[in-house]
Amino acid sequence: MSDKYRKVAYYPGCALEGTGHAYNRSTKEVGKALGLELVELQNWNCCGAMEVKNVDPKLQTFLSARNLKIAEDMGFDTVMAPCNGCYHNLKKAEYDLSHDAASRETVEKLSAKSGATAYQAGHVNTIHALDWIRDAIGTEELGKRVKNSLSGLKIANYYGCMYTRPRHIFPEKDQGAGSESTSKPHFMDDLLAAAGAVNVEYPLKTACCGGAHTLSDSDTSTRLVLNLLTTAEACGADVIATECPTCHSGLEMHQMRAEKVFGKKTTVKILYFTQLLGMALGLSARRVGVHENFSDSRDLLKARGLG
Amino acid sequence: MDSPFAITDAVASMPDCELARSPAETKSMLLDAGESALVRWVGAHGSEPTQDRVEGFRLLALHRQAALRDPTFNACRETCRELVYQCNAAEAQADAGERVRHFRLAAAVATHLFLFIDGKLENEKLGEFCCSSRPLRSQDAVGTSAETQSPASEGR
Repeated sequence: MSDKYRKVAYYPGCALEGTGHAYNRSTKEVGKALGLELVELQNWNCCGAMEVKNVDPKLQTFLSARNLKIAEDMGFDTVMAPCNGCYHNLKKAEYDLSHDAASRETVEKLSAKSGATAYQAGHVNTIHALDWIRDAIGTEELGKRVKNSLSGLKIANYYGCMYTRPRHIFPEKDQGAGSESTSKPHFMDDLLAAAGAVNVEYPLKTACCGGAHTLSDSDTSTRLVLNLLTTAEACGADVIATECPTCHSGLEMHQMRAEKVFGKKTTVKILYFTQLLGMALGLSARRVGVHENFSDSRDLLKARGLG
Repeated sequence: MDSPFAITDAVASMPDCELARSPAETKSMLLDAGESALVRWVGAHGSEPTQDRVEGFRLLALHRQAALRDPTFNACRETCRELVYQCNAAEAQADAGERVRHFRLAAAVATHLFLFIDGKLENEKLGEFCCSSRPLRSQDAVGTSAETQSPASEGR
């Protein structure tokens, strides 16, 4: 176990307080079970998500930079964001502030207006929950701590689009052996394999789930999700593991909608990777919030002796 | 020309033995499906679809052409590359079962590509389909909220 990420600042973001509550709960529980400490940012704000970014990208940079500044002021050089949208936006803010004078100017101006000191690029590193567990514990050590192996559980790992795109805001990725790949990400595969799962080859692991249009054009989103689900089933997966609350909710809601609107029923289950890891570490299904998911996987988990 | 859906549906419904019989032909069908989806997008924006190839594939050249005028299109770059990969993997397989498996995955990827582009075409006026691929510092995004207009919708 490395000391690198043993104690990090935690930025849950808005989704993890709402539809992604099970992700929040399971992330914290897994951290506790692994002896890792998360310290939530004090008085954090929305990262700017999709809404602010689409109206004014510079304002989104400021909102994310403010969160990075809070982490810095709390004495942290690393902040962990489990939500792909938050992770993406904090990374994007870091990139903007390093490469774009106009972004720096906007952040300085808005920070001064709010009576705060502006965040300067390079002081806080943003990581994802996947980086956190993989780098703090390592797959070998994780394997040793498994109490209920996920053995035999076939998993399609779905990363969604914001974890790897656009590539230039993730300079640590695509750096050869040991680093994450933006075209074929594998950190979630690595962690779940260490917990005993069988990862199926899933060709749509970074394909779009239609999340941005889930309300404005539900049919397009439903068709995209249905293809993700049927492909996972065709690959032999029992479960789709997710690492983004937007993707997760989208998969769950459109799985139901696909049946209702298009008459297409799929049975693959949808679980956060932290829920799967938590159960592998001996935590109960309830403790990792399986009952909070819309996709009811309790029968499958019981049959596999999990949770 | 058959629609991409018709092609991918045809491949998906082919029995295994047929799918394994002529890999070059199946590969060509699936790449054609992907290309025709991209051709629709490029054509819908008034450009002449390229006949060039990138890394030996017109599909990748078309994707590059489409993404040049609309960076949000990068959101399906990996999908295009995955389609090429699955087709190559299928063609290179000596084992018939594995070949069929790769072709079925390729058909699913081609379907996704089509769904993505189709949805994007349909929704263009509603804004960015993929917020993660929005050009981060386009010239017209400096300090104003005028950038709410998607780059793809500009100049039309």
